[in-house]
Amino acid sequence: MLGVIGVDSLDGLLGDIPVEHRHPSLNLAPGLSEQELSSVFGAIAAENASSSNGYISFLGAGAYSHYIPSTVRAILQRGEFVTAYTPYQPEAAQGTLQVGFEFQTIICQLTGMEVANAGMYDGPTAFAEACLMAARVTKRNRIGVLSTTDDRLPDTLRAYSKYQGIEIVSIAPDATEIPDDLACIGIQSPNFFGQIEDVERLTDLAHANGALSIVHVNPTALGMFKAPGEFDVDIVTADGQPLGVPMAFGGPYVGLFACKKAHIRQMPGRIIGRTTDTKGRTGYALTLQTREQHIRRERATSNICTSTQLIGLMVTVYAATLGKQGMKDLANLCYQKAHYAASEINQLAGFSVSGKGTFFHEFVVTCAGDPARINAALLQRKIIGGLDISERSDNGMLVCVTETSSKADIDRLVAALSEIGVTA
Amino acid sequence: MYPDDLKYSKEHEWVRMNGNIAEVGVTVFAQESLGDVVFVDLPEVGTDIEQFAKFGEIESVKAVSDLFSPVGGKIVEVNSEATDNPESVNTEPYGIGWLIKIELSDTAQLDGLMDAATYEATLD
Repeated sequence: MLGVIGVDSLDGLLGDIPVEHRHPSLNLAPGLSEQELSSVFGAIAAENASSSNGYISFLGAGAYSHYIPSTVRAILQRGEFVTAYTPYQPEAAQGTLQVGFEFQTIICQLTGMEVANAGMYDGPTAFAEACLMAARVTKRNRIGVLSTTDDRLPDTLRAYSKYQGIEIVSIAPDATEIPDDLACIGIQSPNFFGQIEDVERLTDLAHANGALSIVHVNPTALGMFKAPGEFDVDIVTADGQPLGVPMAFGGPYVGLFACKKAHIRQMPGRIIGRTTDTKGRTGYALTLQTREQHIRRERATSNICTSTQLIGLMVTVYAATLGKQGMKDLANLCYQKAHYAASEINQLAGFSVSGKGTFFHEFVVTCAGDPARINAALLQRKIIGGLDISERSDNGMLVCVTETSSKADIDRLVAALSEIGVTA
Repeated sequence: MYPDDLKYSKEHEWVRMNGNIAEVGVTVFAQESLGDVVFVDLPEVGTDIEQFAKFGEIESVKAVSDLFSPVGGKIVEVNSEATDNPESVNTEPYGIGWLIKIELSDTAQLDGLMDAATYEATLD
């Protein structure tokens, strides 16, 4: 081959690199065997504070600890799914496409919305794209975001919209009036502080001003609370992580995105449709691709590329394993345990659970002292405390309780806080 | 293929005059190039449009194209047949597949368009 291209040695290919930089010494340690390597990384992993070495966690704020049934891993690891590419060739991707279609169907059922896409990157980017979609639909460039959202939602929107002439306007959750030139009101419910927002009232307010209503939800909560679709919401987004995806240090996750059918042509992401082939057999294919960048280029609804279909598969298997009743039972467990924890913590001297409204499985504790110090003390007792949110709420700690916490675990947290609170 | 009583723009739209009203659609060449039309996005009645400005979009399974108005004026009618049954643009582009009707602001603009023979020559 070197001869064919007229080069006399391998070094000849490197001619453009100065000789002194061609073969630098890398100072790597000698290679390890697989057994030795396993041992090295095993020791590093053992330093993690996780449930596998005796820690219990009450940390949520966007990534949630839920039990993942073994069905998820069993199907996820099948080579047919793990190695499948983005399904642009339907004749070679019916398995992937069918799973994606069922994924979309489940999202519609959970959210009460008419159409859903095959997944976005994660929750915050789904939210940002929803806001941009609202701007396109309404032809307005001012985006309202409720002040009670996770900061990462408007931050991600800001990153996406930086050069698009978009202005982000903060809206108070109890606002009775909004500017009449907003493209949307972006609501997170449950909000960052765990409280359920008045989605119905805010949606009516948005619509009265010609704006769209975007609601960013926690999909686990949909097993208990009214589906946003019932409030005439225009777009629903969420992070799919709570549905069968490990927390995994922040990703990969999958963003959920659903909207009204009337807006389907402005929806970003891939959409899978069900149809029949030339022999009349049911088949699946990507559809409405004229929204996407490989056809519309710079005028596409989004520049999203990488497919999160594999993570979507995990969500699909998880939801199918739990079923409708399972989702209800799960939501109820989280709700009951969180309310038990909140009630017990509220009785501790120096601690109080703030937030007057309804909450699902997260609540803010106003602590006896600096949450950072309390968390350090908790960690020494092998308890991972809630998120320190003292920047947004004085001495505030956002505590999350899911079905993975037993009553004994919660009692252990309460006892620890009681001890720590006295000395804080 | 290219009726003599129509005028044509280089963006493959045609105009049929009826008094001061211009009926506008896309040519046989346009619908053939696009393939099966699946969606037509048209503006609202009452919109003012300038000559050669974009007034909408036409989508087929594999492509999206902008629609450019061959004449300027006020849009007085929009064809719901084209939006409800986009395949009419393929089957009868000069008939029931028309897209919009414009009340002309300046009849001199018609001089900027081609006749059938000139237009057909540009297609080679």
